[in-house]
Amino acid sequence: MNGYSSRKLHSLLGVIPLGLFFIEHALTNFGAFEGGPERFNAGVKLLNDLPLIYVLEWVLIYLPLLYHGIFGLYIAYQAKPNNGRFQYSRNWRYLFQRITGVITFVYIVWHLYETRIQVMLGNVTHEELGGVMHNIMTQPGLFVLYLIGVVSASFHFANGLWSFLVSWGITVGPRAQRVSSYVCMTLFVVVALLFVLSMVAFRRAEFQEATVLLDTVKSVFS
Amino acid sequence: MAEQTASTKTVKFIITRQDSPDAAAYVEEFELPYRPGMNVISALMEIQRNPKNAKGEKVAPVCWESNCLEEVCGACSMVINGKPRQACAALIDKLEQPIRVQPMRTFPVVRDLIIDRSRMFNALKRVKAWIPIDGTYDLGPGPRMPEKKRQWAYELSKCMTCGVCLEACPNVNDKTDFIGPAAISQVRLFNAHPTGEMNADERLDALMDDGGIEGCGNSQNCVRSCPKGIPLTTSIAEINKQTTKHLFKKWLSV
Ligand code: HEM
Ligand code: SF4
Ligand code: FES
Repeated sequence: MNGYSSRKLHSLLGVIPLGLFFIEHALTNFGAFEGGPERFNAGVKLLNDLPLIYVLEWVLIYLPLLYHGIFGLYIAYQAKPNNGRFQYSRNWRYLFQRITGVITFVYIVWHLYETRIQVMLGNVTHEELGGVMHNIMTQPGLFVLYLIGVVSASFHFANGLWSFLVSWGITVGPRAQRVSSYVCMTLFVVVALLFVLSMVAFRRAEFQEATVLLDTVKSVFS
Repeated sequence: MAEQTASTKTVKFIITRQDSPDAAAYVEEFELPYRPGMNVISALMEIQRNPKNAKGEKVAPVCWESNCLEEVCGACSMVINGKPRQACAALIDKLEQPIRVQPMRTFPVVRDLIIDRSRMFNALKRVKAWIPIDGTYDLGPGPRMPEKKRQWAYELSKCMTCGVCLEACPNVNDKTDFIGPAAISQVRLFNAHPTGEMNADERLDALMDDGGIEGCGNSQNCVRSCPKGIPLTTSIAEINKQTTKHLFKKWLSV
């Protein structure tokens, strides 16, 4: 694959499937805010009951994420930011796209470790993930780290969508790109808000019941 | 008569110099008598006439390149007070002092402010930024260009290969092989021409290889820096569109 095709694939994967999954994830989590544990668990169950879930996860999430993430780190490394000399908002967003990409990478690795990898190791079950999140969100330090993670990821996704539209020749003229900027930055705020609200929801006591259960499980293991 | 007494006003310069392509860079300060209407090139000429630095030491005159002196040849591009631009169009009256002058380091420095812009001309060759009409017999007149199209295409034709857009681009550097905005905009120009259009696919293919259009990271500094006001980001997005279409056409036709 030459430089052009590999970059086009990187760009495509950022939106399909990663961007779509990201939106889906924001909505499922928001279920926790809107309908509490039942709603959240129903959402998790709905996804886990999909046929071929194991294959779907690898093809639609892990492999695209690995490709986009690792190639993305390389793209970020190749940049030579010059924001001191050129303080234009587009140039800042160029820089933030790279910084938030790196933050998102670290954040996703950590987030996966605490959730999916623990499930894989058999330390928790899918049904207890709400409780795991409750444990994390009630610790102020971890809450702040999650906040940085989700806001970065939301910016990266929304601003990435803006540049995706340019990279594929969909928004060509300055007016189209300006309108697209307003739409994408609104999307950034909305998606970030969905995630932050669900983080706040996980702090609620109703998610703790699951935690009590979790602690018993843990004590059995240790 | 007050006007005739020599002015004591001076202009201060801090110039980044380099004696040879591999030598280390160093800065040297100069202080010149002010003259109304002077620009950075006329100041460099003044240093050439009387090559003394601010400490009064005699030094080798500062080297630079220039030709047209009216912002149409692109030879005199350098970084003045942090911004890449044409030295011949940089009026002293409009610059903050001391005036810092540096070579455009995105390109190999030959000496002092002289840079080697070969990569830009190679890029034009790579994308075939011309219209092939030579043959063994007279091909006759080509198709006409609609006036409306000619008007915007003319704007693109103003590019003087000055290199400012490459200097402004954070993705043109020694870690990438990105061709830069100027050549991409020239592909749009020649693909818009009714005769040039006949070779449009060749130019798109050239940009769909390593170091082609995919190197753009959308910082959009180029369009804000181009001294000719060329709509570079519109050109890049338009060529993104043309390459995308070309890509799908190629896939569907195998
Ligand atoms: C895992 C860590 C990640 C890293 C290191 C990373 C890195 C990058 C970088 C450096 C770019 C800029 C490419 C350019 O403008 O030339 C980019 C673009 C993009 N990223 Fe990511 N990214 C990551 C995760 C994600 C995720 C999870 C999503 C989806 C929510 C995503 C969506 C996008 C989109 C849509 C683009 C725009 C593509 C384009 O410019 O055509 N990225 N990424
Ligand atoms: S596009 Fe503008 S900035 Fe770039 S080389 Fe041409 S004239 Fe210079
Ligand atoms: S000398 Fe030609 S652009 Fe300055």
